[in-house]
Amino acid sequence: MPGKNYAGHRFSGLDQINVDNAKNLQVAWTFSVGVLRGQEAAPIVADNTMFVVTPYPNILYAIDLTKPGGPLKWKFEPQPAAAAQGVACCDTVNRGAVYAGGKVFFNTLDDQAIAVDANTGREVWRAKLGDISQGETMTMAPLVVKDKVLVGNSGGEMGVRGWITALDASTGKIAWRAYSTGPDADVLIGDQFHPFYEQDRGTDLGVKSWPPEAWKIGGGTVWGWVTYDPAANLVYYGTANPGPWNPDQRPGDNKWTSGIFARDLDTGQARWFYQWSPHDLHDYDGVNESVLVDLDYGGKARKLLVHPDRNGYLYLMDRGTGEVLYAKPFAPITTSTGVDLETGRLQYNPAAKPIPGQVVRNGCPASPGAKDWQPSAFSPKTKFLYIPHNNLCQDVEATQTSYIAGTPYVGMDVRMNAGPGGHRGKFSAWDVAKGEEVWGIDEDFPAWSGAAVTAGGVVFYGTMEGWFKAVNAETGKELWKFKTGSGIIGQPTVYRGPDGNEYVAILSGVGGWSGAIVAGGLDPRDGSAALGFVNAMRDLPDKTARGGTLYVFALRQ
Amino acid sequence: MCSLFANSHSGAPILLVAFCALAVAACEREERQFRPKPPEAALTNTIHMSPIQPGMPRLAVQTRNDYESNAHAVAQGQQLFRAYNCNGCHSNGGGGMGPPLMDGKWVYGSDPANIVATILEGRPNGMPSFRGKIPEQQVWELAAYVRSMSGLLAKDVAPGRPDHMAVKNPENETERMPPKQTGTPPSALGTD
Repeated sequence: MPGKNYAGHRFSGLDQINVDNAKNLQVAWTFSVGVLRGQEAAPIVADNTMFVVTPYPNILYAIDLTKPGGPLKWKFEPQPAAAAQGVACCDTVNRGAVYAGGKVFFNTLDDQAIAVDANTGREVWRAKLGDISQGETMTMAPLVVKDKVLVGNSGGEMGVRGWITALDASTGKIAWRAYSTGPDADVLIGDQFHPFYEQDRGTDLGVKSWPPEAWKIGGGTVWGWVTYDPAANLVYYGTANPGPWNPDQRPGDNKWTSGIFARDLDTGQARWFYQWSPHDLHDYDGVNESVLVDLDYGGKARKLLVHPDRNGYLYLMDRGTGEVLYAKPFAPITTSTGVDLETGRLQYNPAAKPIPGQVVRNGCPASPGAKDWQPSAFSPKTKFLYIPHNNLCQDVEATQTSYIAGTPYVGMDVRMNAGPGGHRGKFSAWDVAKGEEVWGIDEDFPAWSGAAVTAGGVVFYGTMEGWFKAVNAETGKELWKFKTGSGIIGQPTVYRGPDGNEYVAILSGVGGWSGAIVAGGLDPRDGSAALGFVNAMRDLPDKTARGGTLYVFALRQ
Repeated sequence: MCSLFANSHSGAPILLVAFCALAVAACEREERQFRPKPPEAALTNTIHMSPIQPGMPRLAVQTRNDYESNAHAVAQGQQLFRAYNCNGCHSNGGGGMGPPLMDGKWVYGSDPANIVATILEGRPNGMPSFRGKIPEQQVWELAAYVRSMSGLLAKDVAPGRPDHMAVKNPENETERMPPKQTGTPPSALGTD
């Protein structure tokens, strides 16, 4: 699975590659995936085979790792509807497949979850779960636990109503579906629901915290990461921004958007909820990874959850109760002044609130957040969280927008800029128990790739120029780097090959929201292109071009 | 008004006649056709999507969209571009979910009738079909505004200021990008 374990650590216990010999890394083999859009997927390794899923048209490749050069074992083409490309907000990405029990599971851009036999490449089942004519797509990587496949939808910029769905892993039939807005019955809120904070208690808040009917087109999609705690049998996932972005069109807290749910795996019943950004003002989706960590904190062994949010705070929470233990800025923030730990409430800065007809300048972090989807990694050895993130601010003007099914429902003009210091990205290590940054590496472009960390003390990540880097997990010192063919926005995978050696794999191919200017061939003269991201990325086409190549590295023998 | 003026200043009749003629002409130029009739649907018979044709080439006839010489109609198109959420995908011409409209690349043709067909019929890689959803007369206003984005309209017709936060030069200051029927649809294979 992309997160490596249920807790989402992205930690490999391998130590053949270490801080001393990482400089000897070299390319072992490469593979062109034949699609030139943003490559956000993690290569998955199981049964001596590597599985890679491409952006639309979501081709699934199986590569034989037992033979030299990684020959193709089979490929599966799901043939998703071409029109799905027109309703995918931020490039036509896919965040990866997952392997479980002899099957590979993945989602297609046109809202299908598909199970394929890992050995033969034959389709086992496919489930149609959403409707592109309503603006719904699917881009996330499923999580498979026991007999359940957990999947969610995308489309928070299209007035989509968000949901997470558990499918039966053997048949694809829906076991349960929990919406992120609407009456408690739809959200699967019942008598097991005990949120920690007063603000999240009450009946049908998913209706009452909205203007009439607005919850039906209110967003809260589930396109990020799902983690699972076997001891509690709880799944954790975040909900995305409310729609439209223009907050004046949806007075209220807009439950249950921009928050986190803990749910029972078997029934889907909600256990607790916490809202990172009540009545979100800045497109701060709450879908970033919630990494489950067991640590000594405050003198006690605690079962915790750590979450770096788009709103700029890194949250440490008790994962049993949903109590916030700390919420500390990990990037420059002007849109809020802190989190009130008594009420749990984010304290917005009124001066940064978007106002219809006015330009509100220099709000930080910008809409992609201090950190977007790009998953961080946690090392149980260093107890550090390794966070790839952004350093962006933006000017905005809220505008009136109308809901037209299947078209964007945003209502915000945006132009983004580099944040303080001029660098647009950063890769940092965070001491989770202490709640402070240990080291950080400034990157020119947003650090839009995921991270992976190993027992050998090496952290891997990529940059949008195309560098794939290995750095020292303790100090952040650069150990090695290699320039790939295109910008990197993928997720590194560390694995032991059938020959016993340690390998690290990464997809190279720029795109995603940050790289849309290159992947979509956008015009740099319009700063508002790609929801305002182009304003901050005008020089990206001078640094990299589209690509779609898998690179696998190993130590020189 | 002219005749009264002429009666009280009979000393220079010829000059006055000339002046009145000018004034009348000016009045006529100011007369605005708020709802000019959109081009006849039959004209769309002349459009094609490929420059290649077997045998003798057909005469290339560009469809005339009278809205392209009418600042009011283009301004209407500019407002409709937001009202129908076109800007959600194409931004202010630079593109996003959809391709840019301010450059010279015309995947499905730059003729006004081609643009109208694109809006009405949709296109296979994600452009929705708006047939029956937008009055046809508004579609021609949208088409006029779309062509203004790449500087194809006269500067006194193209919009001179945005209605919202400045994110690019206004259309009447946009460099004219000569239409090139180039590229394939912005499909997944990214070969545009």
